[in-house]
Amino acid sequence: MSRAWLPLAIFLVLATFLGIGLTLNPREVPSPLIGKPAPAFTLPTLAEPQKQFSVEDAKGKVWLLNVWASWCTPCLEEHPLIEALSKKGIPIYGLNYKDKEAAATAWLKRHGDPYRLSVVDPTGRIGIDYGVYGTPETYVIDKQGVIRFKHVGPLNPQVVERTLLPLIAKLRAS
Amino acid sequence: MLRALVLAAALAATLGTIEGDARAQATDAPAAAAPAGTAPPASTGVARPNAADPVLEKRLQAVTKELRCMVCQNESIADSHAPLAVDMRNEIRDQLKSGMSEQQVIAFMVERYGNFVRFRPPLDWTTIGLWFGPALLMILGFGALLSQMRQRRNLSTMRAVPELSAAERAALASLADGDGPRSDRTQNDKTGNR
Repeated sequence: MSRAWLPLAIFLVLATFLGIGLTLNPREVPSPLIGKPAPAFTLPTLAEPQKQFSVEDAKGKVWLLNVWASWCTPCLEEHPLIEALSKKGIPIYGLNYKDKEAAATAWLKRHGDPYRLSVVDPTGRIGIDYGVYGTPETYVIDKQGVIRFKHVGPLNPQVVERTLLPLIAKLRAS
Repeated sequence: MLRALVLAAALAATLGTIEGDARAQATDAPAAAAPAGTAPPASTGVARPNAADPVLEKRLQAVTKELRCMVCQNESIADSHAPLAVDMRNEIRDQLKSGMSEQQVIAFMVERYGNFVRFRPPLDWTTIGLWFGPALLMILGFGALLSQMRQRRNLSTMRAVPELSAAERAALASLADGDGPRSDRTQNDKTGNR
């Protein structure tokens, strides 16, 4: 009698695992950079190409690095959330990824510029250092310059409310 | 038993041909995809063909085949046309040119994109199921199959009932005569009915 339940048991175990698998997002790959110092860069800013910005300049504060581009449609989708975070006083720096300067400037003019400043990475070389594979990407970097969180794809209210804001508050307090 | 062996052999043969096909395809594709010609300027989003150094290109092919394109996920950097894969190919070409070894290049990518970037992840506690799971399932499957077949064989041998020995026949006869417990019970039943 107990043998008759075996196929059902196997089916239930399989169904459970496959069910869990369905709820996971295969594009969300854990980044090995969490807990590591943010890769260094010194790049010209979008607004003033003769001025440069490096990771070191942001040390001492909790900040967000947001990888964006004018050609990236999901970037527009998360734009209101980025603006809301900026209005809350969270310093957000943009990494303008594989973009054309004119297009990027026009995009900011049209949709609003929530960034303290944006640095330009036209070749995507700094993107490789940060393990960028799907714009937009958002990194939370702490006072010591260590990456504490990474979100791939457009931010959504759940991530902002449940993860981003509590983490930023915690990092600011420490 | 024999049937199981034939089945296993057929299975192995099919797997072998599939793998062979995949390999043949993998080696054909890049040769067709790499056009000969002048190198376009960098940052046009096109891989720079480097016909001048076939050794370097061969090394590049070998390394990029080991690395997953993070955008398409099921293609290697060698095969993918995604802009990121093009960037990574160019980056790896520069790295190899500057004297980095294949292992160093792979380590560089793993540092940034994690072990997921490798098509052959290293063997550790998180990947042990990945490495040995399929073989384990196969062994379990064959074990179940064999035990099933053994049970069936036992059943079929049981059906061929051997001739009774003289002693067994005598025991049977004495039971039929009404000495056994069964005849007692029928008597009891009869009395009970009345």
